[in-house]
Amino acid sequence: MARTPLTFTLNDAETGVFVVPGSNLLDVLRRGAGDLTPKQGCAQGTCGSCTVLIDGVPHLSCLTLAETVEGRRIDTTGGLAGGPDLHPLQQAVMEGFAAQCGFCTAGMLMAAKALLDRTPNPTRDEVIEAISGNLCRCTGYEPIVDAILTASARMQGRTA
Amino acid sequence: MSSTEFRKDLFADERDDTLKEIGKPTIRQDILGHVTGRTKYFDDHLFDGLLHMRAVRSPHHHARIRRIDTEAAARMPGVRRVVTAKDVPVNLNTLLSLINFGRDDEPLCAHDKVRFLGETVAWIIADTEREARDAVAQVRVDYEPLPHVLDVEEALKPDAPVVNEVYPNNTFDYHGKYDHQKLRFGDVNAAFARADHVIEAEYQMSPIEQAPIETCGAIAAPEQNGRFVCHTNTQALFFSLGTTAKLLDTPSSRLHFIGGTAGGGFGGKVDSIVEPTAVLGAMLTGRPVKFAWDRYEEMQVGAPRGGERWRIKDGVMRDGTIIAREFTGFFDSGAYMRLSPYAIIKGTGHLPGPYSIPNVASNVYCVVANRTPATAMRGFGITAVDFSIECHMDRVAEAVGMNPIELRILNAYRDGDMKAHRRKAKNTALIECCQVAAGKAGWSISADAMAQSSLRGGGLGERGAIPETATDEEGRIGERRAGRTRDTAPSRQPTGRVPAGHAGQAVTAAPVQNPDMEIEIERIGHRIAAQQGAAPAPRAPQPPAGQPTPPRAAPPAAAPQSSYAPPPSPQATAPTYQQPPAPTPPPAPTPPTPPAASEPYKPEQPFSRGVNRPGTSRFLSGTRRR
Repeated sequence: MARTPLTFTLNDAETGVFVVPGSNLLDVLRRGAGDLTPKQGCAQGTCGSCTVLIDGVPHLSCLTLAETVEGRRIDTTGGLAGGPDLHPLQQAVMEGFAAQCGFCTAGMLMAAKALLDRTPNPTRDEVIEAISGNLCRCTGYEPIVDAILTASARMQGRTA
Repeated sequence: MSSTEFRKDLFADERDDTLKEIGKPTIRQDILGHVTGRTKYFDDHLFDGLLHMRAVRSPHHHARIRRIDTEAAARMPGVRRVVTAKDVPVNLNTLLSLINFGRDDEPLCAHDKVRFLGETVAWIIADTEREARDAVAQVRVDYEPLPHVLDVEEALKPDAPVVNEVYPNNTFDYHGKYDHQKLRFGDVNAAFARADHVIEAEYQMSPIEQAPIETCGAIAAPEQNGRFVCHTNTQALFFSLGTTAKLLDTPSSRLHFIGGTAGGGFGGKVDSIVEPTAVLGAMLTGRPVKFAWDRYEEMQVGAPRGGERWRIKDGVMRDGTIIAREFTGFFDSGAYMRLSPYAIIKGTGHLPGPYSIPNVASNVYCVVANRTPATAMRGFGITAVDFSIECHMDRVAEAVGMNPIELRILNAYRDGDMKAHRRKAKNTALIECCQVAAGKAGWSISADAMAQSSLRGGGLGERGAIPETATDEEGRIGERRAGRTRDTAPSRQPTGRVPAGHAGQAVTAAPVQNPDMEIEIERIGHRIAAQQGAAPAPRAPQPPAGQPTPPRAAPPAAAPQSSYAPPPSPQATAPTYQQPPAPTPPPAPTPPTPPAASEPYKPEQPFSRGVNRPGTSRFLSGTRRR
């Protein structure tokens, strides 16, 4: 099958892959670019575990045509930590027991990061709204919401 | 809350049970992988040349398969292989056959007929998932739709369609004798006759899908050494390994199964379907093959917690004492048995809930119908009946005008009470739970109820004894199908009595399907009661010399002495019991024979039980030791 070249920035790295026309971004990130952090939970846009940021805006990569990201910037959980240091969101999820099986976590973190980039001091309702497209079946949402608020406070130099 | 005593003594010698961890965050050992996205799930193993396998599924609840035409599908772009039932070497299994329970009743791929909506009839293996899906749509199956039955009680009627020919009465055959699991303790009918209130109600719980975020899936690939590796998110790795070895007729030593983190499971990933399918695909193509359910399949085909219907009838005295409780339960097993018959046995052992009730009777039916097969989910076998029991306790409280928590404390079981399955209760804590719950909820209960304790008053007099028990022979296998019995509730006309203090009918294990599964009595800690005759006392394992003998629980109060004999000739007019027409009932169990003392090691024979044998070091690996 004919393939087309596709270039984009993935977590600060220039990335080029060849894609089958019509491929979805999730497949291209996972099997093409080798970034396995976004997960496929439903492949129909309902669970949110494939959430990535395209130019800072959260998108469901399973419903995004890969060719539409030509030249754009994509962020995944794989690039969230700065070197050896965890992002405050990762630290807060870890300390707050906000993950059990971990399958939704990568998508959840991306949705939360988009919120905090946009709204550094979100209210609890804003946090709930921001992760309302991400399903979790193990932990329940309270520890996740708490963790996001904790991360927000730490990033602002406050204590939650 | 000062009168409340927590029951920590059970684990007192095992851990420091100060409960000081509660309310404090705990760092999971695997969470660093989760927050960085580095945790490897089954689908995070990349293989070059990975092929994708998709199932062709039945659009009917029940239909005969006349013909499957895969020619057009095979010509579709990217298709590598069309797989049908004839490619499965041993296309019949039941999940618990690995522990010698039940009869093989389920094909991996349907061939003669489909028994539930979404059942597999063929698979397509193609280069991409999309090509596999496109080819699946091109498989033409000629179905002859058959009448279907979806309700558990409809399925018990004499004219109900036979769903699964292995169980022609649409029920699991319990102990080779009855179409339901019986429990008899005391005489409920006599107790109902003298009760002040008789309270009946019906409860129903619908099937519940576990719905993990990661769907069931596996990737299998040939290894260099003639083995096949399988990355899977199963919750039951060795069940999946054994099931795959059986279905594919291959030594389990040729299978290299790698489990790991599952993206949620909740019981929905124990059925060992995706693993044999993926390994079959890898065997047939010689390539890495991924077989994973999409979300629709997870919801429609993935086995849920089975639906259950329960009728409970309580005989209650004016002061709230429950003197009799009767259950009629229907377990929606779906089209195949899988784990449901076992769940019913487990659930029956739990009846009548955490209460001391002197007369208990229960009939529970494991029903086959044209529905998605049920499987494990979080406490299955107990959850629905507990929900029913607790709803019913509130109903009883209302009927006698009593505080519902006080009613529970009044009837709660206590240490030493005899349970209906004829074991004494120990480490009971319902009273203390009720007291704490009342305190937390701000629900006032009487000082008398607050003063009660699970440690006091249990096992006194009749509370600790097995009562004289009324028995009956209703519901023999095949009677319902023949129209000779209709009632599903426990019998109103008992035909036999077991004297007080006796355990009733001795039940022996079902005959084994495979000689290798014969129980080797020296490998278990106690002797099995012979089919008839007295059960020998449990043989204490010999402790290593020089070590103190650990304290042992007293043996059960009354050893069964095969006191029960069926009534000589129930009634002259009673219908005679006939064996079900098909399949032929398994032969009578033979007393297990110990294996030959020195069996030569046969490396060409695959091991199937990785347990070391007596006389060998327990530190040797069990592999290849049979």
